[in-house]
Amino acid sequence: MSGSAILLQFLNGLAGASSLFLVAAGLSLIFGVSRIVNFAHGSLYMLGMYLAVSLSGSLGFWASVPLAAILVAGVGALIETGVLRRIYKAPELLQLLATFALVLIIRDAALWTWGAQDRLGPRAPGLAGAVAIAGRQFPQYDLLLICLGPAVFIALHLLLSRTRWGTRVRAASQDREMAAALGVNERRLFTAVFALGALLAGFGGAAAIPREPASLEIDLAVMSDAFVVVVVGGLGSIPGAFLAALLIGEVKAFCIGLGYSELTLAIEFIVMAAVLVLRPWGLLGRPLVETRGPGTSQPPLPAPSFLLLGGLAALLAIVPVFAGPYTIVLLTDILVFALFAASLHFLMGPGGMPSFGHAAYFGLGAYAAGLLVLRAHLPMELALALAPFAAALGALVFGWFCVQLSGVYLAMLTLAFAQIAWSVAFQWDRLTGGSNGLIGVWPAPWLSSKQAYYYLTLVLCLGAVALLWRLIVSPFGYALRAGRDSPLRAEAIGIDVRAQQWAAFGVAGLFAGVGGALYAFSKGSISPEALSVPRSVDGLVMVLLGGVQTLSGPLWGAALFTWLEDSLSRGVEYWRAAIGAVILVLVIAFPRGISK
Amino acid sequence: MSALEVRELSKAYGGVQAVRGVSFAVDAGEVVALIGPNGAGKTTCFNMLNGQLRPDSGEIALAGRSVVGLRPHQVWRLGVGRTFQLTATFSSMTVRENVQVALLSHHRRLFSFGKPAARFQVDEADALLARVGIQEQAARPCAVLAYGDLKRVELAVALANRPRLLLMDEPTAGMAPGERQALMQLAAALAGSERIAVLFTEHDMDVVFNFASRIIVLHGGEVIATGAPDEVRANPRVREVYLGNA
Repeated sequence: MSGSAILLQFLNGLAGASSLFLVAAGLSLIFGVSRIVNFAHGSLYMLGMYLAVSLSGSLGFWASVPLAAILVAGVGALIETGVLRRIYKAPELLQLLATFALVLIIRDAALWTWGAQDRLGPRAPGLAGAVAIAGRQFPQYDLLLICLGPAVFIALHLLLSRTRWGTRVRAASQDREMAAALGVNERRLFTAVFALGALLAGFGGAAAIPREPASLEIDLAVMSDAFVVVVVGGLGSIPGAFLAALLIGEVKAFCIGLGYSELTLAIEFIVMAAVLVLRPWGLLGRPLVETRGPGTSQPPLPAPSFLLLGGLAALLAIVPVFAGPYTIVLLTDILVFALFAASLHFLMGPGGMPSFGHAAYFGLGAYAAGLLVLRAHLPMELALALAPFAAALGALVFGWFCVQLSGVYLAMLTLAFAQIAWSVAFQWDRLTGGSNGLIGVWPAPWLSSKQAYYYLTLVLCLGAVALLWRLIVSPFGYALRAGRDSPLRAEAIGIDVRAQQWAAFGVAGLFAGVGGALYAFSKGSISPEALSVPRSVDGLVMVLLGGVQTLSGPLWGAALFTWLEDSLSRGVEYWRAAIGAVILVLVIAFPRGISK
Repeated sequence: MSALEVRELSKAYGGVQAVRGVSFAVDAGEVVALIGPNGAGKTTCFNMLNGQLRPDSGEIALAGRSVVGLRPHQVWRLGVGRTFQLTATFSSMTVRENVQVALLSHHRRLFSFGKPAARFQVDEADALLARVGIQEQAARPCAVLAYGDLKRVELAVALANRPRLLLMDEPTAGMAPGERQALMQLAAALAGSERIAVLFTEHDMDVVFNFASRIIVLHGGEVIATGAPDEVRANPRVREVYLGNA
């Protein structure tokens, strides 16, 4: 790579960093004041893109960008007053879930309005050409983008440090109760901050349309990029977000420039890993405050009624005698997802770690099973036995970083990892078949009938769930729960809480992988959807629907959700949005938790 | 060799020097009180002793072995039990299970997937609970216990690994006066019979002067006096700090 090429890639990176910074700064700002990580921030960015593309048709590009940003700010204000305001006192997990429901709704709304095709934006009039830099052509518009990031950074800095409003925002970020006691109008401030954050995201999206087309998948891609930036920069630090956006933007640009665009995510991952190892709380972030005093009060896990469950297992065993093939396939799905939900519950319940990316391990199991059969030509039985270990390995790699953090930081990181896993499956055509996935992943002949496969699934899933429950009451499970109840006390009696949590990641990944492998052979094919973020959220909904504080709850939640999804996806076109709406209604109606 | 030896320990938060050049030692079987007004640096000292905080400089040695830089769970393995100012117990577990988890840790079974934890060394757990006088509450969930009883659970948990050093941060805060005497009598008896070195911080001066064989007084992050209760009581510098110049 010559000197001039390096310079050009560097400038490219700067241009990309600007959009990244706009999104991440908004995310940080909103988190600082409301303590809510807005999972829908990427969706606001996507909305900004679509709106700008639409508006530019009649108003022209230059008018469409600010107008789109203002419209997105309005949407943000609506979201804050309509949804978030009602759940500020709800448990963290439900808040995250509610913002995720917004992701589903906004995506389907965009699909309904703009269709599934990517929408190309116009060139920026007046800046459509290129300038010669070091003998090479560089788009004029990108030079403007390069200036945009620092300009917004300085404007934000002045706003926060030089205005009365900024002082209030900073006061509320540092101590919400104290700011309220001193007469800061919380309600108005929160709405305004959320609108400002949305404005930045919408602006970032709108300004990006000359560079890339608006597409429906961009929401999660931008969100996970923003999470990486915020985790690397330090949550709540605007200068940190700026620095991290530069770092990540440059890394991406150089990967693409060198012709390794598939490697982008892997490199991003390595950069994040390196930063987290050296500074667990991000480049400019502050260390997390150690949880003090008595841990959050959790009722003991009630033992499930084994009589009821035994009866149910017996019933499941005789179902194929009278049920049709459709019911058998649905029940197979339900069993697989019950195991998936139980493995997630193991992390969330006894482990106390909210994972927003659990589908990564489910998908790893599925892909490993498929690849072992198709590429390594192993017999199906062996592939089924080995695949879960691939999932466990993935969970151990991702989990190592996740357990360095806790709470929302951990949730963000799990989601970012899942998105990375998804992108790898989506982009690595030669190995994973890209967006088409793998086909021809069929079970061995003796399992080829739906009934035989149902029995295999029944035995393996029930066995795996029983094993998981056994683990919860084992010494390992108790030590894990001890770390959740009171990390302080646990460390003070010789428990290495992180090691315990790390192992729990491996265990949960292993069992999710069993589910994934079973799923792959039951469908005969695997698509990247198996490890997509919406699939992860399905798991969360199952667990929360059934109740995270019970053992058998997640199983019932999985059954209900899988059945509901099956019915909805056949009858309702925008069923993802419907599920999102159901989540929102549940969270707003029961802000203290869906389960009792 | 002392059970605990601290030399020139210092810790600053930003520009505030919380602990400055603190040195002292505690011998096996001794009950030593670390006292001082609010903000004197007692809890900071404690948190450095069990590895929750890393000192800026100085040395902490347990029976001659340096523990600076170790994490709390590693320090515990060297025989340091600790109770917290605000009790920290496992609220989703019963009283007995709290002790059982500590015993599991002591016997290095934390990664065992085997026999259910609730059946692990029930007798030993109950014996520990009997020692602190709450065996009849063994099956109750910790979440419903009275505060004074939680302090006892913490003590039983802290004793599970037969510590050589017991750190008690405000052990009697929030307890009724009669209970305070009983708890400290227990701690003092343990120190005597099992040769445990006990270091505690306390605001209740009756407890301090009744049970400490030696007192260390911190003020502004520095040791301003150390000695037997009577010496400390008569120390003019201590009187000045606690009573003002009058």
